Parts: sequence; C-alpha cells; structure tokens
Amino acid sequence: MTLLTDPPKEQFRLSMLLYDTRYRSATFQVIALLCFMLLAAWLISNTAQNLAELGKPIDFGFFGESAGYDINQRLLDYDSQDTHLRAALIGLLNTLVVAALGCATATVLGVTVGVLRLSNNWLISRLMTVYVEMFRNVPVLLWIVFIMAVMIETLPAPRAFRGDNATASMLLGDSVALTNRGVYIPEPLFSRSLGDIHLLGESSLRFNVSLDLIVVLAVLIGGVWVSQFIKRRADRIQESTGDRPTTWYLRLGVIVVPLVIVLAALGFYLGHPELKGFNFKGGTHMRNSLIALWLALSLYTAAFVAEIVRSGIMAISSGQTEAASALGLRSNRIMSLVILPQALRVIVPPLISQYLNLTKNSSLAIAVGYMDITGTLGGITMNQTGRELECVLLLMLIYLIISLSISTVMNWYNESVKLEER
Amino acid sequence: MNKSVFLGALTVAGLMAGVAAAGTMDDVKARGKLNCGVTTGLVGFAAPDANGVWNGFDVSVCRAVAAAVLGDQNAVEFVPTTGKTRFTALASGEIDLLARNTTWTFSRDVDLKFEFIGVNYYDGQGFMVPKSLGVSSAKELDGATVCIQTGTTTELNLADFFRSNNISYEPVPIETNAEAQQQYLAGACDVYTTDASGLAATRATFEAPGDHVILPEIISKEPLGPLVRHGDSEWGDIARWTLNALIAAEEYGVTSANIEELAKGTNNPEINRLLGTEGTLGEMLGLDKEWAKRAIAANGNYGEIFAKNIGENSPVGLGRGLNAQWTNGGLLYAPPFR
Repeated sequence: MTLLTDPPKEQFRLSMLLYDTRYRSATFQVIALLCFMLLAAWLISNTAQNLAELGKPIDFGFFGESAGYDINQRLLDYDSQDTHLRAALIGLLNTLVVAALGCATATVLGVTVGVLRLSNNWLISRLMTVYVEMFRNVPVLLWIVFIMAVMIETLPAPRAFRGDNATASMLLGDSVALTNRGVYIPEPLFSRSLGDIHLLGESSLRFNVSLDLIVVLAVLIGGVWVSQFIKRRADRIQESTGDRPTTWYLRLGVIVVPLVIVLAALGFYLGHPELKGFNFKGGTHMRNSLIALWLALSLYTAAFVAEIVRSGIMAISSGQTEAASALGLRSNRIMSLVILPQALRVIVPPLISQYLNLTKNSSLAIAVGYMDITGTLGGITMNQTGRELECVLLLMLIYLIISLSISTVMNWYNESVKLEER
Repeated sequence: MNKSVFLGALTVAGLMAGVAAAGTMDDVKARGKLNCGVTTGLVGFAAPDANGVWNGFDVSVCRAVAAAVLGDQNAVEFVPTTGKTRFTALASGEIDLLARNTTWTFSRDVDLKFEFIGVNYYDGQGFMVPKSLGVSSAKELDGATVCIQTGTTTELNLADFFRSNNISYEPVPIETNAEAQQQYLAGACDVYTTDASGLAATRATFEAPGDHVILPEIISKEPLGPLVRHGDSEWGDIARWTLNALIAAEEYGVTSANIEELAKGTNNPEINRLLGTEGTLGEMLGLDKEWAKRAIAANGNYGEIFAKNIGENSPVGLGRGLNAQWTNGGLLYAPPFR
C-alpha cells in the first residue's frame, strides 16, 4: 500500500487571470495589445471612411499615368511622357546618389577630423574643435541653403566664359568649368564602346547597363584579387623565413597594367565640357543643387562622425599605445594595428545612426531644388495627382527600406570587426 | 513599419477629422475670422506691406469675402502657401478659401476635389529673359536653363512646350517666387517662366526692370481663380457670388466712392438687388441684405481693385486685355443678380 498520491490538481478559475501573479502580467499585456489594435483599427477605418466620403479612396493607379514634368538630374533615361512610377525611380536614384556620396565623404572627413582633434599640435586640434562645434550646432538646412547661395552668388554664370573679354575661364587645361549652375567635369567616354544591355524592356523600371563599365570593373576586381593573392604569399614567406619580399610593384602592376590595356582597347578618352549656346555641353554636369546638398550633408555629419571617432580612440587605454611603442612600432602602425581595430568596435554602432541621419536629412533636398524622391514622388507627383496619403505612405516605406538596408550592411560589418569573445 | 504607418494614419485621420466638420460658413462665423490662403509674396497679387498688412489683387478677394460674411474686411487670417502646399492646406481645412493665382484645370476641379468659384484673372504662361541674351522668341531657347516654380501647371506646360517644339531645356525647380528671383538675377538660370502677370509683378520689383523682356509667346491658357473645397456648396456659393458682385459692380458703375449714395436706392433694379434695397438675395445665401455692399465697399469693385494693385498705373503695369468687362471686349461677364 502506498501513501504517495498525486498532488491535488489545481482547478483553473477565471479569477486567477487577475489574482494569480503567474497569469496577471500576461492578462494585462493581452488587454493592452487589444486596446492598441482597436485604436489602430479605428484610425484606419476612420481614414478609409473619410477618404471615401471625400471621393478619394486609396488607389495607386496614378503610377501608370504619364508624369508630364521633367527632371533635370536623371541617372536613367526619362522624359515628361514617362510614368509617375519612373519619375519616382529617378528620384529614388538621386536620393541614393547623394546619400552614398555624403556617407563616403562624411566618413573620410569625420575620421580625419576626429584623429586630428586628438593631435598634440595645439593649432590643428583647436581648428578641428572650431569646425566640429560650428557645424554640429547649426541646423543642416541652413548649411544647405548657405552653400547654395554662396555658389549662386559668387561663381560666374556660363555667359561670363564667352567672348574675347571673358571674365571667367575654365580650369585644368580647359577641362573643368565652375559656374553658378554647377560644376562641369570631363566625362569618361569610349570610342570603341561595347554598347549597353537593355534590361526590363519598355517597362517603367527599364534600365541600361554599360558593358564597358562591367568589363572595366571585372578587370579591376580581378587585379585586386591577384594583388591580395600576392600579399598572402608574401605574408606566408615572412612568417616562415622572417624576410618579407618586396612586392609593391607587383601588386600595383597586376592592377594597373590590365586596366590600362582594357581602357586602351575600348578607346578610352575624356569628353570635355564646351560652352555651346546657353550652357556648357558635354562632360558631366554636377548641378549646384547636388553639390550644395552633398557638401552640407557631409560637412554636417562629419562633425558628428569626428566626435564618434574621437570617443572611440579615447576609449582605448593609453597604456596600449605606450606598450606598442615600447615594442618599436611607429606611430602610424600603432594607429592602424593597435588602436583602430579596437576603436572600431566602439565607433561602428553610433556610425550607423549617423549614416541613417544623413540619408534621412537628404530629404531636405527640395530647399535647393534637388529632385530626390521627396521632390518627385512626395513633391510634384503628389501635387499633380492629389494622392497625398498614397504618396506619403509610400515615401515612408521607401525611406524605411533604405534605412533598414543601411543598418543591415553596417551591422554585418560590425559583426566582422567586433571583439571575438571566447 | 507598423509604427510609421500607424503614425501616418494618425496624422491623416487627424487631418480628415477637420474636413468632416460642419459647414464652412458656420466655422468661419464661429471663429470670427476667415482663413485665406495666399502666395508667400507676389507684389500686386498678395504681399505684406511695410506694416505687415497684406495687400494685393488676390488679397482683395479674401477681404471682400470676409466683409460679406463677417462684416469686417480685416477679419482675415492670411496663410501664405507655396505652389506645393496650397492644395493640402485647402483639402485639410487649414484654410477656407484659396486665392492664390491658381489655374483652373479639369483635374484640379474634378480629381483633386476642389471647386473653382470663377476666374478673377485670365492669364497665360510667359517667359522672361535678360535683354542682354538677345533672345526674341521662346523658340530660340534651345538648351537654356529655366527657373520654374515647382508644383504648378507651368511645370507641365513647359515640358509640353519644349517637347512639341523639339528643343531641350534644363529645368531648375524652385519653391517660391523669391528664390526664383534670386536665381534668375544671379544668372543661375537664363529664363524665368510663370504666368505672364506673375512675370510682370516680379519684374516690377527689380532694380532695373528695363533690362528684362517678357517674350511674346504665351504658351498656355491660365484662368486664375479662387477655389474652395468640393462638397460645401453653400460656402462655394458665397465665395462665387462675392466675386461676381465685384465684377457686376464694375459693369453697373458701382464704385467705393458712390456706393453709399447708390445704396439708398436707384432706378436700376439690378443695382438695387445687388445692394440689397430690393429682393432677398442675401437671405438666399444665408447672409444679410447688405452683404454685397460691404464686399464692394471694402476695396472697391473689380476695376478699382485691378487698377490699384496691378493696373497700368501701378508698378506691375498690366493692361486689362482679356480681363476687361465683356462690354469692353474682355471676358469678364458676371451672371445676372436676379
């Protein structure tokens, strides 16, 4: 006979949801979630109902209609007969261009300034302090407008380059023109071009890929890969024998020589801008709206990046620098081998937010008439079609996707530089 | 994602809640002020003077409506809008009336759900260039850089004009007239294009207006008029007939100078009905008898408003042209007050 019985099974009662601490928090969470969903549902239905009453139900059909307006800076072919969808695509590319240019410049400038701010040279470190404080304490919109105004008011108009008594002249052997409509620089051209590949036919998302560019990039990547191979071989030799073979001319050669051969075979030359009629023709036209936006965003964000870099470097104990120099490393080797690899762990996460900020700040483009996605989809398209809700929702979605993509890439990079803990 | 859509929906729902409210006239009366959308500043049409008081051709329409509805031509809150923000401001209920040289087009009337209450200026799109360029026709503008206010019909007309003439151009989109002026004067664009009246008004503010010419081509029809939201016909009627009263007053010779005398009664039944000494037109609108009298007395009839703000003797210097009364060969034709 055994006395061991099962413990009495506890009946579940409804009141336990409130009085039993095991369930109480879950109960409250479910209630809060329900309230939130009800509120959201009410807002959505209210919006939909009001839009329907106004006779404007949600409809994305306008994307297929002809846009009717022109865009000055376009990376793909576009004219006013193309659809609103293509206009939005052109705007999106303009946003991505200025964001990419801005992030790259802000990083280079920010790292330089951040390092220089820690310099022992009194003048340099103070100058960098002035730069950082000046840029990060003034709204970026003012910098954008200011740079634009400076360009418009101080640079000569194209007509100043004309005639025998021209008051302005082109730079660098007549290849670069600085005007108040932007900067004209030589463009790379190929006399024996391989042509383009047309993708996606005649749809609104069609685009051409230059075969010349693909070939040049392939040769460049191949050269870099071979160069890395030579470096690894030199590392192996150094590890086994202690002597490092001199390889810099080999490494340079495998990149440069094939590139030069391919460029010569394609008939590479530079097309110079020339003054014809009202404007310069030929060359690449970097509009002053692009330059103003790019410069202002980079200078502004670089001030924040500089502070992040400085904090990252200062987070590394100075004992490490002293230890490294006791081992006989030169100061630039100390920075690249000892300090930066550790500092990057501190630098990268806040750097991601700066990239995101820069990208989102690029929506201030309309202040200088730069046709980014906010200017096309959220500006002229919205204005001409009257589809405010659709355009704004889509705009939010697009910025969200861009931001999340940047975060993903940077997080992946962060994983690769972070401390490996065992 | 969820959050941004949610917040967006919240904003929009907030916006729409305003629209679904009671009639606009009740709102205006309860508020005691008319919210009137105007430009951010275009001399002659709508611009604040040195004392911050708004004046101009479009402003006078706002004041006339305020005088008719509220009995005080100064009971107006002027809301400066850009080409881009004006429709959202009106659709969201931020303003009750938009008097901002806005072109009456099919899609704005039908698709954007607005109601144009008439035309107060018959205009067309033109081009202004510096004389020194030596251009005499818009067709010589191949390759030119053109400053243009974004979010306007001019943007679309411009694209059509250059495409149909098979010439190229470089658009420089600009938010306000002031920015356009700055870029044009600095030579950052060769040409400034907008409605011909706007060009004349802009040129009037230049230091040397004589150095700039307006090209002969008028590339579009731009009937400019005030507008209200779709769906509130009572309010639309008040705005429409206030504008018509200004136009009819010029036709019948009712001016701000003689209106007090004429309001005592005349032999002309049209004038009597207009000024409220005969009939019940004001009651039909939901206003009192003297609504039109106040509207006209505020800034005078259409002709007086035109002459004072943009006429030949003003700095803007526009001729009446198409904007003369039908009796003088123009297009202004107010329906009968009966």
